[in-house]
Amino acid sequence: MSRTTFRTPSALPGFGLTFGFTWLWLTLIILLPLGGVILWAGSLGLERLAQIASDPRTLSALRVSFGLSLLAAVLNAVFGLILAWILTRYDFPGRRLVDAAVDLPFALPTAVAGIALAAIYAPNGWIGQWLPFKVAYTPLGIFVALVFIGLPFVVRTLQPVLTDLDRELEEASATLGADRPVTLLRVVLPTLFPALLTGFALAFARAVGEYGSVIFIAGNVPYVSEIAPLIIIMKLEEFDYGAATAVATIMLLISFALLLLINLLEAWTRRRLGHVR
Amino acid sequence: MSVELKIRDVRKEYGSFAALNGVSLDIRQGELVALLGPSGSGKTTLLRAIAGLETLDGGKILFGDVDASSKSVQERNVGFVFQHYALFRHMTVFDNIAFGLRVRDKARRPSESAIKTKVLELLELIQLTGLEKRYPSQLSGGQRQRVALARALAIEPQVLLLDEPFGALDAQVRKDLRRWLRQIHQETGHTTVFVTHDQEEALELADRVAVLHKGDLQQIGTPDEIYDNPATPFVYAFIGESSAIPVTVQAGAAALDGAPLPVNGVSAQDGPARFFVRPQDVTVKELNGSSTVAGTVAALRRTGAYRRADIEVGARKTRVEALLPTNAPISVGDKVGLVFQRYALFPADSAPATA
Repeated sequence: MSRTTFRTPSALPGFGLTFGFTWLWLTLIILLPLGGVILWAGSLGLERLAQIASDPRTLSALRVSFGLSLLAAVLNAVFGLILAWILTRYDFPGRRLVDAAVDLPFALPTAVAGIALAAIYAPNGWIGQWLPFKVAYTPLGIFVALVFIGLPFVVRTLQPVLTDLDRELEEASATLGADRPVTLLRVVLPTLFPALLTGFALAFARAVGEYGSVIFIAGNVPYVSEIAPLIIIMKLEEFDYGAATAVATIMLLISFALLLLINLLEAWTRRRLGHVR
Repeated sequence: MSVELKIRDVRKEYGSFAALNGVSLDIRQGELVALLGPSGSGKTTLLRAIAGLETLDGGKILFGDVDASSKSVQERNVGFVFQHYALFRHMTVFDNIAFGLRVRDKARRPSESAIKTKVLELLELIQLTGLEKRYPSQLSGGQRQRVALARALAIEPQVLLLDEPFGALDAQVRKDLRRWLRQIHQETGHTTVFVTHDQEEALELADRVAVLHKGDLQQIGTPDEIYDNPATPFVYAFIGESSAIPVTVQAGAAALDGAPLPVNGVSAQDGPARFFVRPQDVTVKELNGSSTVAGTVAALRRTGAYRRADIEVGARKTRVEALLPTNAPISVGDKVGLVFQRYALFPADSAPATA
């Protein structure tokens, strides 16, 4: 870190204290545990690491985890936006109830969610029995669980932005001759885009790390419906801590790279909107 | 092409609150009209109703001979400039101005090169040539306002509507933009309606001023007519300065607390009335029997090039303000006689004057 990156403290005191506290906290809560993981993985040596990383079962699990998490986050972005829109724009009976229900995936123990979803989508479950295809115990089941736990992130990120969205923008668009779909596509959506990206990133990150709900509905079939966190648990149960941390490190790196990418994209769109000068 | 605008008995209610109480107004083609009134007078509601942003509860709005009442906002082809500009922040200045042309259906959409020509032309008109690649966040308030105007003009609107166009700007920018808007209006000749609560702005800028109060049109006229011949007590009190004296009218003569008031042409009905006079229409003289109104100087203030005097008249010591030259030989406590040059009498039960 170069000397110039420190901003001149303002007239309001407290920079030194809060800055120090920030680093202490970040170190204790995030950097130390993660550093431990990477250190342990690093001690295995490159050859062993490469061997673990190229294990087809692990690779398949990583593909399932990241692929389904991205898909789930995309679906959540679409329907979360619609839900947030309805909750902020319209007043209808039961609106507060729906609003409160959005938070349930936050609060529910994920195992409960997983068992409940598995029961409903099982071939003899309430919904599962009417579907011509299997949901529970397939990758589709994982997808359903990841959609469930990710939804609140998109809704809660978008809600305040939608509340603040200037109605005059839409009115201006209408007076200029744009019909409703054009207004939504070319005026509203671009304005919401940074917040939508944030919600997407949060939902995605949450989905990648999800374990509890997924293992109950996934069926955990090797090469088909195994998620990466499950591989880590399995390695731990085999007391192969090195392999566990190695898989964890790979997940960490991919997640970090993806989140960084999303954040950069978001910063770029925000700058265009004039949030940062 | 700009059109004539006819507003016929327009009504708008929010619950039990009447925002527009049957307003009728004709605006000529190419005219610049101000809707003036305090907040809650219905002026912005009327402007939004013309644009189609508010639905009407009664009445009609005609663009030329075409009834626009049932037309959608999009079909009306009005240029609307919002108070806070409502520029699209994710678009450059160029894209903002081009928006209205680009969203047209294929049959009416100009070619991209024609759009470019048009936008650059407008940028020149608003004196922002060279800034087309900027984003709204990189512009000053006055520049944003001009971009908003250019965006509205780009669609060649039938009517140009501006909501408090200078409301959010500081005094100097306001003054410059005001002069500039007048100039643009002369060049482009759009039928233009703007809303303001600033009477100075309305009187300076508009061909005609429509004064609204509590959803009623109080008066429409040239700035001179509005200032010199206010039609209602509200206009008298709202436009410029005035003193209101409670008087009694009986058989064509007015009396102040029992003493006759030496004024002519009293046409008000018998009963309590209010007598309005502007400070510059009060002449302070020697006390002279019944041809002047007796008063006592209660306070003197220096305001710029003039001296203002508060003069108490009648038994109830109602204060009348007078504008005097700074060298007037007068001091607090002097007994003086007042002559009113120009004034108006309104029955006391008419709408209370609140500015």
